[in-house]
Amino acid sequence: MSGVLVVIEDRAGKISRISWEAVAAGQKLATALGLSLSAALIGSQTESLAAETSTKFSGKVIRVEHPLLAHYTADGFTIALHQLIQSESPAYVVFPHTYQVRDYAPALAARLNEVLISDVVAIAEEPAFTRQLLQGRLSGNYRHTGSGPCLVSVQAGAFRADAAAAGSAEVTVFTPTIDAAQIRTKPSEPFRGSSQTVDLGSAQLIVSVGRGIKEAENIPLVQDLATALGAELAASRPICDNGWLPMERQVGSSGQSVAPKLYLAVGISGAIQHLVGMKASQCVVAINKDPDAPIFEIADYGIVGDLFEVVPALTEAIKAAKG
Amino acid sequence: MKIIVAIKQVPDRDAQVRIDAAGKWIEETDLQYALNESDAYALEEALQLKEKHGGEVVVVSAGPERVGQTIREALAKGADRGIHIEAEDLGQRDALGVARLLAAAVKPESPDLVLTGLQSEDLGLGQTGVIVAELLGLPHATLILHVEKTDAGLTVKRELEEGWFQTIELPTPAVLTIQSGGNKLRYATLMGIKRAKMKEVRRVTAAELAADGAAVVQLERVSLPQKQKSTQILSGTPKEAAAALVEKLKFEVRVL
Repeated sequence: MSGVLVVIEDRAGKISRISWEAVAAGQKLATALGLSLSAALIGSQTESLAAETSTKFSGKVIRVEHPLLAHYTADGFTIALHQLIQSESPAYVVFPHTYQVRDYAPALAARLNEVLISDVVAIAEEPAFTRQLLQGRLSGNYRHTGSGPCLVSVQAGAFRADAAAAGSAEVTVFTPTIDAAQIRTKPSEPFRGSSQTVDLGSAQLIVSVGRGIKEAENIPLVQDLATALGAELAASRPICDNGWLPMERQVGSSGQSVAPKLYLAVGISGAIQHLVGMKASQCVVAINKDPDAPIFEIADYGIVGDLFEVVPALTEAIKAAKG
Repeated sequence: MKIIVAIKQVPDRDAQVRIDAAGKWIEETDLQYALNESDAYALEEALQLKEKHGGEVVVVSAGPERVGQTIREALAKGADRGIHIEAEDLGQRDALGVARLLAAAVKPESPDLVLTGLQSEDLGLGQTGVIVAELLGLPHATLILHVEKTDAGLTVKRELEEGWFQTIELPTPAVLTIQSGGNKLRYATLMGIKRAKMKEVRRVTAAELAADGAAVVQLERVSLPQKQKSTQILSGTPKEAAAALVEKLKFEVRVL
């Protein structure tokens, strides 16, 4: 076994940013271990993607092509990558940790009698892989002990996309053997949810509320704060799951990504699914009763206390300051 | 429709976590446990499918004695019976090892549908359902918000990133991992809690399932996460802290 294979995904015809981050992670592994680097693109027409990849990548680019790979299916991708891995025998396979990878990579790993080390945030030299546990309250160090390839997916934002070294890659084509009958699911074209009328992405000030608010009846408390500040109101997933605020106000991996000047997180513990949607904010303020809440790891200012006391006091202080 | 729901007992999200002496996991004595949230949504989806189409809902969970409590809670909400895979060593098993236990317990039941949450709140691997599907040779779909039974099998609504969705048609039997928020969760009624005591919970040991295999991935040690920013904590009474924050917002963040 040799080499590091990075599996690349496209988004609307372009290589996605997180795929370049996976390339950077793959490069780090290849350099540390003295291994060669290659990249796989999967689809039915990957020529232009391969051209885009090859200019910013030194190593081999493999176009995994088949008409049955035109649309993503877990069966198609698992079969194709299983054959590619058997043919190339990489020591490491690095994926971007996307919804698509989460859908098939665990099955692919199991087919190889391996386990995907998912959602990795850092790679140490040995190599050991760091991932978050207990919704970000702990870090765990994982090591691969199996005899087959080590499969790893990397979290969005954990590696720098611009750390991928430029180069000129050799492009090859790999044609897997897939039978239409092996593809058991039939996906539709993606569609948008309810029309998005709230554009949190362009908001300069955001007050965001989480589980700490406890009841739907308490939402006006943070609404008042947002109004006083002139901010948009946003929420973490559980608040929208409960129907206390509409889904279009959700910030996080399944909602909107935001980068305001101020992100004021009220009663949000800071699970990773939420952090990926707001960690680009210029200033993060957290109000939370738990001093160990992960939100404080990325906050610029924090108030440890009961939000039911702090928020009304803050609303009053802002009103007074604004005159 | 016979539906199996794989559920996990996880540390309560408000529980204080302390790293254990070996530095390999957290101190479990006096820890509060709860049903993993997305598993609660999987159970809810199963109960609603049963109410519409009839059939049976069976919950399966692996873990030590304390897991029995979480199985009873699922029975109190309306599941018909439970299977408790007794295993004291879940921490030593990797995702494939745990999925092997679940698959071995599920297989003889020959269900039409296997549901589970999309990921656990403790390890957060987000893989168990997909691996179980692979081990059972069944088609699967992940991040599912809505399930509809059709003549040919199922039509499900899958969440994609950034507010996009898609529908997927797949035959049964199948495995689905359920995303939170698709339904409103029910509470157990007093009657439900009473009835749960009479319902069957079959215990099977990991050894009896004969589904062992060497771990290929190991959690070596745990630690407290490193801070990415140096947080300035504003202390004092709520009023003092609020006043201090307003000063910062005015003169340093410059948003007031």
